[in-house]
Amino acid sequence: MPDEIKSPSASPAGEPKPTADQPAVSGGVKAADSGSVPSDSTVPAANAPSAKSEVPAKAASAAPATPPAAKPAAAAKAPVPTPVAWNSPMVAKLTSSYGSGIEPLTYAGQNYMVVDRSLIPELLQVLRNEEGFDYCVDITAVHYLQREKQFDVIWVLYSFARNERIRVKTQIRDGETLPTSVPIWTGANWLEREVYDMFGIKFDGHPDMKRILLPDGWKGHPLRKDYGILQQDNEWVQINLGIESGQ
Amino acid sequence: MGQVVQYIRSYLSSDQTPGAAGNMFWALVYIMLVFGGLSVAVIAMNWLERKILAHMQVRLGPMRVGPHGLLQPIADAIKLLLKEDIMPAEADGVVFWMAPFIVVLAAFTVFVVVPFGPTHAITDMNIGILFMLGVSSLSVLGIVMAGWASNSHYPLIGALRSSAQMVSYEVAMGLAVVSAILMTSLNAEGTGTLSMIGIVQAQQAQGEWFIFKFFPLGLIAFFIFAVAMVAETNRAPFDLAEAESELTAGFHTEYSGFRWSLFFLAEYSAMIAVSSIAVTLWLGGWLRPFPNLLNSSTWDLVFSLFPGVTFLLFAAMCFYNAVRMPKHPLFRIQTIGLAGFGVVLGLIGLVLFLPAVSMRVQDIFWFAAKVAGFMYLYIWYRGTFPRYRFDQLMQMGWKVLLPMGLGVLILTAGVALLQQRIWHP
Amino acid sequence: MIDPNSSLSHLDLETPEKPFLDANELVINMGPQHPATHGVLRVILRLDGEKVLGLECVIGYLHRGVEKIGEHRTYTMFNPYVDRMDYVAAVSNGLGYCETVEKLLNVEAPPRAQHVRVILTELNRIASHQLWLGTHALDIGAITPLFYTFRDREEILKIYEKYCGARLTTHAFRIGGLQYETYSGFEKEVKNFLTFFRPKIDEYEELLTTNRIWVERTKNVGIISGKDCIALGVTGPVLRASGVKWDLRKAQPYANYKNFDFDIPIGQNGDTYDRYLVRVAEMRQSVRIIEQAVEALPEGPIMAKVPKVMKPAAGEVYHSIEAPKGELGYFIVSDGSTQPYRVRVRPPSFVNLQALDVMCRGQLVADVIAVIGTLDIVLGEVDR
Repeated sequence: MPDEIKSPSASPAGEPKPTADQPAVSGGVKAADSGSVPSDSTVPAANAPSAKSEVPAKAASAAPATPPAAKPAAAAKAPVPTPVAWNSPMVAKLTSSYGSGIEPLTYAGQNYMVVDRSLIPELLQVLRNEEGFDYCVDITAVHYLQREKQFDVIWVLYSFARNERIRVKTQIRDGETLPTSVPIWTGANWLEREVYDMFGIKFDGHPDMKRILLPDGWKGHPLRKDYGILQQDNEWVQINLGIESGQ
Repeated sequence: MGQVVQYIRSYLSSDQTPGAAGNMFWALVYIMLVFGGLSVAVIAMNWLERKILAHMQVRLGPMRVGPHGLLQPIADAIKLLLKEDIMPAEADGVVFWMAPFIVVLAAFTVFVVVPFGPTHAITDMNIGILFMLGVSSLSVLGIVMAGWASNSHYPLIGALRSSAQMVSYEVAMGLAVVSAILMTSLNAEGTGTLSMIGIVQAQQAQGEWFIFKFFPLGLIAFFIFAVAMVAETNRAPFDLAEAESELTAGFHTEYSGFRWSLFFLAEYSAMIAVSSIAVTLWLGGWLRPFPNLLNSSTWDLVFSLFPGVTFLLFAAMCFYNAVRMPKHPLFRIQTIGLAGFGVVLGLIGLVLFLPAVSMRVQDIFWFAAKVAGFMYLYIWYRGTFPRYRFDQLMQMGWKVLLPMGLGVLILTAGVALLQQRIWHP
Repeated sequence: MIDPNSSLSHLDLETPEKPFLDANELVINMGPQHPATHGVLRVILRLDGEKVLGLECVIGYLHRGVEKIGEHRTYTMFNPYVDRMDYVAAVSNGLGYCETVEKLLNVEAPPRAQHVRVILTELNRIASHQLWLGTHALDIGAITPLFYTFRDREEILKIYEKYCGARLTTHAFRIGGLQYETYSGFEKEVKNFLTFFRPKIDEYEELLTTNRIWVERTKNVGIISGKDCIALGVTGPVLRASGVKWDLRKAQPYANYKNFDFDIPIGQNGDTYDRYLVRVAEMRQSVRIIEQAVEALPEGPIMAKVPKVMKPAAGEVYHSIEAPKGELGYFIVSDGSTQPYRVRVRPPSFVNLQALDVMCRGQLVADVIAVIGTLDIVLGEVDR
């Protein structure tokens, strides 16, 4: 078991975290395009947590969960992979027509584009109709409490014809709405409802914008970072049991 | 005492049913015997169904209450009687209360005319089969009442399905029955009969069961009846009215405890009732196999041994399983119980070997054996078939069975007429 | 209330304009306690007699906030939670999660671990399909197949139990490989199971494939075209039964599926019967894959070098696998700490369940049951 675990009751908003789309690039070696192992050979292979297993076949029964060389600090020393620019004909076409509104990137071999909110309905439409991304895999969001534009909303798209998977990401402020993509992919219906349920992001023009997993009378949107996991529980016990906290 | 013996003797030598003889006392005794026997049959059927179905489905079935779960039906009955009787607040009380009774009444009253032997029937009506069909269709009234009075959607849909199904299949069933009745008129006088006893006697007189008459017409009519009777009793694969996975439990969703057990009782006695009709009309009722071909007194003796041998076989099964019981002290009571049950069955078997008894009981034995065959079929269907959908069920009733029944009826009538003309030119 | 022309307006739905005979619509509530809704699904049906005019799914009764829990557990601690989503295919869930975190950590499980993963995952696919077949047949009224499939599923669960001590929520995999080496006799037992199981598939088919009532109940019921499937995001056997030859194990091979030779069974009509055939054929393919994997099981370590305290570099990764029910995706955002910043699960059942409305309109109540069964949903995964 890892010996370094946070207390689950610690407020998630309490500590500043680097945001995922703007990671600290301190001393990181630019990763290869594929996002695989960096070619930095100064670090011994055993020290790098990201090194592929090249250990000669040991006795198979040796407890593998505790590699002797792995130090807790190793992760910090290892080069941090960073997103790099993503180049493809499709991207070139899109950037030529939408300009700086699109920032195409690759991380860990996965392509995504960070898109300005204003481009959203049009770009998704173009991706589906012209580029063949006919399958909306998932719509989800991430909450960054510290940022001015608090929410990342992410569309995971797949094209059957090209066997290609991309992500479209946009950033919006709290309270801002997004245009629905139900007319583009029918399957977006429940996914958008779930995003609304969990984050409170409304989608304009959605046929049935209401909660899906939680009961209609639920307070708050649980996957926001400022939604404490004990809050609902404490409220309930205070009202129903007359005690201060259920923990 | 002597008078009583005399009285019983005098009855035993009579060749009339108590109803036909107008003998109130014997009629009451018969009613009690029939209903007692029917309840035992339903209990046995309950156990058998669970065991046979279980063995078809690679499991053991009830094994805990009594040896091999033999006491399970009794435990169930006690549980049902002690259960709280719930009536939904919104239900129509009187109708809700009456529905199970109507269903049970309809299912039981039918047995008034069922002939277990030439004299073993409560009564012999000259419109026996008509009475039977009429009364057994009354149960649909009870089902509709149950579904409506429950004031809930699932029972309502179940009742609607049930009534539509019963009404549709009764038509095909009636046509098949009529074609069998037509066959009874193939005698010197050219007069048929609706009496249940008369129908069996006609088969005896003509020397063949109606299932083989005008082959394959009798067989087709029997087949139509055999399908329709499963639909009539709402059993798999036609159990749409109580389709568990769709309507939870159909028309008896809101019933519990004793009222529910009445529906259960009615369902099983209705199964026995329709099987009795099929046996009477097509399978020679109480007649033993080959009464005409093998009619020497030796064969009579051989066939009269069957009831006793059957019970001895059951007893042997009990003993065999008692020996196979685990030799653990905890199983002692079970082993002794099973062996005791075997002893009882064996004694019954021995008694059945007494010539006076075996001659009297033979008819009942053969009738029950044929009905038991149908009961096994019911269980087999349930283990094998998925459920029909409602529209498919209706389609089969109206588009397949009904034209088939009409065709068979017309053909039977034509052939019968031809034979009559040749008989009496 | 449901607007019949709302979200699915551009799909050609045959919605009867007006109830027959101007009768009132009957709105009935199927579930959350109902024998055939596979858990706590609630379906509000609008009926004209027995004909379905439209339906609305109400879900969330089993919502446990798995994604929120994920943000408060370390990567290792969250691993057992994923088993509790699709609890009949817990191994597949674990595989998806472990592979996603491995992608984030930039490690790869050693070959032996990959092989064992494939064996266990494919066994799990068989177990999941068996459970589906049994319950689906039960819904349609055939009670016997349930007991046959459960009898055989037991053998798979025994292998799991021997391997990791658990039968259902196995937590079989660890990030970076496996925690346990296979027990002695593992290969032999898996092989024995395969020889035992092959004739059993024929047994199921004997009971159902040519059964007249089964065919009548499932043919042309709940038809969904490949186009609609894609529009709705429906994946897995449902998509393949509609004629789209797409399986993530082939399209974007994960683990080491590219080393194995197997076919993707597809259907033509996209009806319930085709979905039944596709799943049965998938069981046969799984047997093929396991056979190859057991034959070629390499020696070697079972765990890659992963740090004891996992702190993946900040970044985000979406990875998906072909779970028995469809595409199971994990989207994990790391902020460089020991806990995921955000875990998103893309559950196949949840997305597939959306198709229920399309598939049921104009059909009968009995078909709704058949369609719920054929979608093969697990409410633990729908609600998470």
